[in-house]
Amino acid sequence: MRNPLNKVITEIKPSGIRKFFDIVAEMPEAISLGVGEPDFDTPWKVRDEAIYSLERGRTFYTSNSGLKELRVEISDFLERHYGLKYDPIKEMLMTVGGSEGIDVALRAMLDPGDEVLIPQPCYVSYDPCTILAGGVPVPINLKEENDFRLKPEELEAAITDKSKILIMPFPNNPTGAVMEREDLEPIVEIVKKHDLFVLTDEIYSELSYTGKDHVSIASFPGMKERTIYINGFSKSHAMTGWRLGYVCAPEIVIQQMTKIHQFAIMCAPTTSQYAAITAIRDCDEDVANMREEYNDRRRYLLNRFKQMNVKCFEPFGAFYIFPSIAEFGMTSEEFCTKLLKEKEVAVVPGTAFGDSGEGNVRISYAYSLENLKKAMDRIEEFINELRK
Amino acid sequence: MREKILNYIQHNSRIDLADLAMMLGTDKAAVMNELEKMENEHIICGYPTLINWDKTDVEKVSALIEVRVTPQRGMGFDKVAERIYNYPEVDAVYLISGSYDFMVSIEGHTLREVADFVSAKLSPLDSVLSTQTNFVLKKYKDHGIIMAEKNVDEREKVSL
Repeated sequence: MRNPLNKVITEIKPSGIRKFFDIVAEMPEAISLGVGEPDFDTPWKVRDEAIYSLERGRTFYTSNSGLKELRVEISDFLERHYGLKYDPIKEMLMTVGGSEGIDVALRAMLDPGDEVLIPQPCYVSYDPCTILAGGVPVPINLKEENDFRLKPEELEAAITDKSKILIMPFPNNPTGAVMEREDLEPIVEIVKKHDLFVLTDEIYSELSYTGKDHVSIASFPGMKERTIYINGFSKSHAMTGWRLGYVCAPEIVIQQMTKIHQFAIMCAPTTSQYAAITAIRDCDEDVANMREEYNDRRRYLLNRFKQMNVKCFEPFGAFYIFPSIAEFGMTSEEFCTKLLKEKEVAVVPGTAFGDSGEGNVRISYAYSLENLKKAMDRIEEFINELRK
Repeated sequence: MREKILNYIQHNSRIDLADLAMMLGTDKAAVMNELEKMENEHIICGYPTLINWDKTDVEKVSALIEVRVTPQRGMGFDKVAERIYNYPEVDAVYLISGSYDFMVSIEGHTLREVADFVSAKLSPLDSVLSTQTNFVLKKYKDHGIIMAEKNVDEREKVSL
């Protein structure tokens, strides 16, 4: 029989997190701090709206681009929160989570051999999606000494004449790093100088703890026309399972993306879209409450690591903390495996998010204080034993 | 800091104060100091525990009683309320707007005990015009806490 498989996909490695969690799955007693999704339920009024839309029999497809009413609300939201101005009809597409947006944008924009600059550590899908779209991923290894922010010299050094897209994954999974206005300014200059496009994945934009407003790279003068802006409801509104995100981009990009989306997906889930109208219109306070609670847990973890004398830079976004385990002379994977076997606590090796994650582990604080405390007590024991 | 402390202890008065301090970015002594001040100022009035009596062998009956009264000259409703809330059977008394004046929550061991309270103590009060007793059949949620069993973390393992 012939090989039924495509060569490109078979050569892509499965996600490192997956592999690690296969081990965790066999240890029912283990406390996991590994999950990258909110522990909060979706606000009740959003769920209620979904139930209502089902009762009303709204079980049809929506237009390929998504419900117009929802896109109008999102457009208002983006202006209200980040000063972004997007035409809800021509410059926006509702997608099945932010992740579909990433995939479709890369497919719509890359020609074979085009290079995509990917700051790492980062979310696991940019690299394989680039390869599947025929592009070439070029990692930029971010450094802990820079708080895992992208530095202009790091970007310059990675650019070649084949570079086409720069991925901007901030606030960042797994590091929790953010890029503030003064960090973005020099990046914007380089992007323009080299005529690059930016794919900015701002799925965690509502979870920023700097005390200042989140700044989108798309809001800089001259950047809107070269930016693909990705966001969604999963993290901000605790709506992961609803699979709903959106892309804002120049009209010519959205037109081509809509083609791929319509042939592959048809439209984002209808029930989710109706519910999301309430989420985006009426849930600012719910989001603020969740952010506040994440922030308290973030401070708790930071202080615990400080007490343990473990090096940990202060993350200002998302719901991850990324302490350094380099002092223990193990790889991240060895550290996590040993911690899991000896203390039954699951955290994710930094290397699951790129080579530059070596020496760190990702801890998610999308867990109750009770769980965090229990896990941190065990980690403390573990570390004390290692130091003996 | 006050509001944040209150928000946390409102849901869990047994929260570890050292943990709370770490979340708020302060130290335990500062949190204890603030708690003591709020106790003295009677902002914090007590630390009772929410119990689901249905799961114990203890019989409990509770009722919400709507009470219409005549307010007393010069004292308004306060004097009448005091007459009512001083009975140990009375759990809560609220002055409310609407078609009656007080909502009185009472707890007893048996239906008879509650009925006796209403007929022998509450109704005969001079200022009480009428009462309507509503027995509680089932408590679903109290003090923001859903009484049903805690659900487990059902999030599945995904690669992100």
